[in-house]
Amino acid sequence: MPIEILMPALSPTMEEGNLSKWLKNEGDKVVAGDVIAEIETDKATMEVEAVDEGTLGKILIAAGTEGVKVNTPIAVLLQDGESAADVGKPSAPAKAEAPAKAEAPAAEDKAEATKPAAAPVAAAPKTEIAADPDIPVGTEMVSTTVREALRDAMAEEMRRDGDVFVMGEEVAEYQGAYKITQGLLQEFGPRRVVDTPITEHGFAGVGVGAAMAGLKPIVEFMTFNFAMQAIDQIINSAAKTLYMSGGQMGAPIVFRGPNGAAARVAAQHSQCYAAWYSHIPGLKVVMPYTAADAKGLLKAAIRDPNPIIFLENEILYGQSFDVPKLDDFVLPIGKARIHKTGKDVTIVSFGIGMTYAVKAEAELRGLGIDAEIIDLRTIRPLDLDTIIASVKKTNRLVVVEEGFPQSSVGDHIANQVSQRAFDFLDAPVITIAGKDVPMPYAANLEKLALPNVGEVVEAVKAVTYR
Amino acid sequence: MATAAKKAPAKSRSDGKSGLSAPKPAEFTRDEELAAYRHMLLIRRFEEKAGQLYGMGFIGGFCHLYIGQEAVVTGMKMALIEGDQMITAYRDHGHMLAMELSPRGVMAELTGRRGGLSRGKGGSMHMFSKEKHFYGGHGIVGAQVSLGTGLAFANRYRDNNNVSLTYFGDGAANQGQVYESFNMASLWKLPVIYIIENNRYAMGTSVSRSSAETDFSHRGASFKIPGIQVDGMDVRAVKAAGDLAAEWCRAGNGPLILEMQTYRYRGHSMSDPAKYRSKEEVQKMRSEHDPIEQVKARLIEKKWATEDELKAIDKEVRDVVADAAEFAQNDAEPDPSELWTDIVL
Repeated sequence: MPIEILMPALSPTMEEGNLSKWLKNEGDKVVAGDVIAEIETDKATMEVEAVDEGTLGKILIAAGTEGVKVNTPIAVLLQDGESAADVGKPSAPAKAEAPAKAEAPAAEDKAEATKPAAAPVAAAPKTEIAADPDIPVGTEMVSTTVREALRDAMAEEMRRDGDVFVMGEEVAEYQGAYKITQGLLQEFGPRRVVDTPITEHGFAGVGVGAAMAGLKPIVEFMTFNFAMQAIDQIINSAAKTLYMSGGQMGAPIVFRGPNGAAARVAAQHSQCYAAWYSHIPGLKVVMPYTAADAKGLLKAAIRDPNPIIFLENEILYGQSFDVPKLDDFVLPIGKARIHKTGKDVTIVSFGIGMTYAVKAEAELRGLGIDAEIIDLRTIRPLDLDTIIASVKKTNRLVVVEEGFPQSSVGDHIANQVSQRAFDFLDAPVITIAGKDVPMPYAANLEKLALPNVGEVVEAVKAVTYR
Repeated sequence: MATAAKKAPAKSRSDGKSGLSAPKPAEFTRDEELAAYRHMLLIRRFEEKAGQLYGMGFIGGFCHLYIGQEAVVTGMKMALIEGDQMITAYRDHGHMLAMELSPRGVMAELTGRRGGLSRGKGGSMHMFSKEKHFYGGHGIVGAQVSLGTGLAFANRYRDNNNVSLTYFGDGAANQGQVYESFNMASLWKLPVIYIIENNRYAMGTSVSRSSAETDFSHRGASFKIPGIQVDGMDVRAVKAAGDLAAEWCRAGNGPLILEMQTYRYRGHSMSDPAKYRSKEEVQKMRSEHDPIEQVKARLIEKKWATEDELKAIDKEVRDVVADAAEFAQNDAEPDPSELWTDIVL
């Protein structure tokens, strides 16, 4: 039986990739271990090795095809005694469906992946994103991934200020474990793009020391899970020195990297630190959702004289959003953004939590419920004024986040709203968070541990008494 | 291998063993001896007064006195040039005085008053001076080692010829981040002098009970950082080692370790009765190795100063300390509004 070669997944979060090159031709003999093709993900170009022996009978996905979904048959391998004529069964349907998928996947897939970047002209029934008052009306918008937006922010700030440098594991020669620092070494050289050993506690402290001496380090943690090793330097050294020195000396430093659950990496690699760091006076905590916010807020963070925790998300890295084409696009830290205006209920979220809020909002519209969505963008200082103004209008509040439920960001918001706007509430505030369990590995359990759109919809129905 | 070792210049060891040896104690001029005497005496008298004010309830919390170890900071300061930085842990009053921070400011910080260097918000363990290049004053054992390495990183980034003097104790020398820092400092050839003040006790645990390798000058061996053991009770020996180390760093050779063999006369902090060592041990160090008495003896012996002249210096120092104590007891407490300042800029 001819063997189908499938499009492989090359990272925990990869859903599709580009088939950039075939290194074997139809009719070539292949043994296990031979490199047969090159596949490009948004993070890297990887070689695909044959697992089985045989003859490459048929190439189903042509070189240069973009957006090939994981597990799509890309070629057929013939065993001894089989010929191209045998390809028949597996190849025919695969052939018919694979290119179709390859041709038109982008739009469909992304619609499902909650792409909220509502190009105002687009006819798609997506959430109409409210205009950000910090972006001048009429500004040209360019579709950009969160990954590119972060890289552009760092590059622009490094061009602007010679004291800004980036350090971390694999940031230079490897181009970033998640490719966020791609190209920075080539532009700025090894003095300013510094590969560190695997030594989080140490290099976090070195970064803080350099910041105390007046440099402006961007310290990349490969993920914030690893920053647990460094948390003493972040909290005891970076966050407190300004206060302990009576204002003489602070630490202008940005700690950034992916935070929260990625996909199928289990408990030690899947944790949201928004609530943890938001507990600490002396820190600012930023957690963007869109690429525009990622760019504008990272630039602001690098310029900010305080230590900043900048929480990114691996799943969002590859998502595209409209980013304003401006020479110097800087957003204010500490200001929430009204993602969509509405009158019946306020949904507050941040970071990847916004994906649930946005999807739920679309469903709620079908039920005749007009939700307002607030993207916090900054967790500390928290823009309570924007939340409370919205609650005074809608009288109902649901908060959505992926972190653990106890002492969550949502808990704090619920508490503040109950103290400051109790009389405006027509229902108890509902907080939706990740479940109170370490993140499991199994796909079904992981799904259960995270919040879901249904929970958000149900919460909104509950507070609106539907 | 043998040929490779031969080819290597004497200074750049690659075997991790001691390639450098302790230099002979510096030959001090009369002025240098007198300056060392005055500086060490200021620290001694200041600390005695701090201990007294603690007993009277003017100083709260933790208070770690530097008495006995004065030669270390005094000798190292003599090896510095403008812009060199200093950073240490919480036994820091001596370091601050050596870096010429105001005695009034330090003492008023100890009493938690508004005229304190941190406006009363840092206390004994947390004081800083950007102007004098003193970077604290850190309360977490070992944290200052990574921070001091970061100061050296900034020096190298700016290519400014300055050196970071990063102090820590024999106790901190067992913290993991010390070795993470050693690795990066050596890898990137950072200009940092790691000064291990080995006063023999990590709080109440003696070096032999806490450390598998008790020769701290070898602690950089895995990172190709050379180290030297120095008589930390002799200010001239410290000065000579400081000169050598500073030159080593400024020449671009990377970090160096100086193990200062020293001794603290008092307990770990004010509340430590120091039952873990004998009175005789302390007395022996005081009578045979006291850093201040050593200088005094040389000054008298060389007839560089009379008893009366030294008494006059003693009185000047006492006056400075008395003035600082007076100020620190009478200065106002911080305004309540200070609670909410300096959190973020």
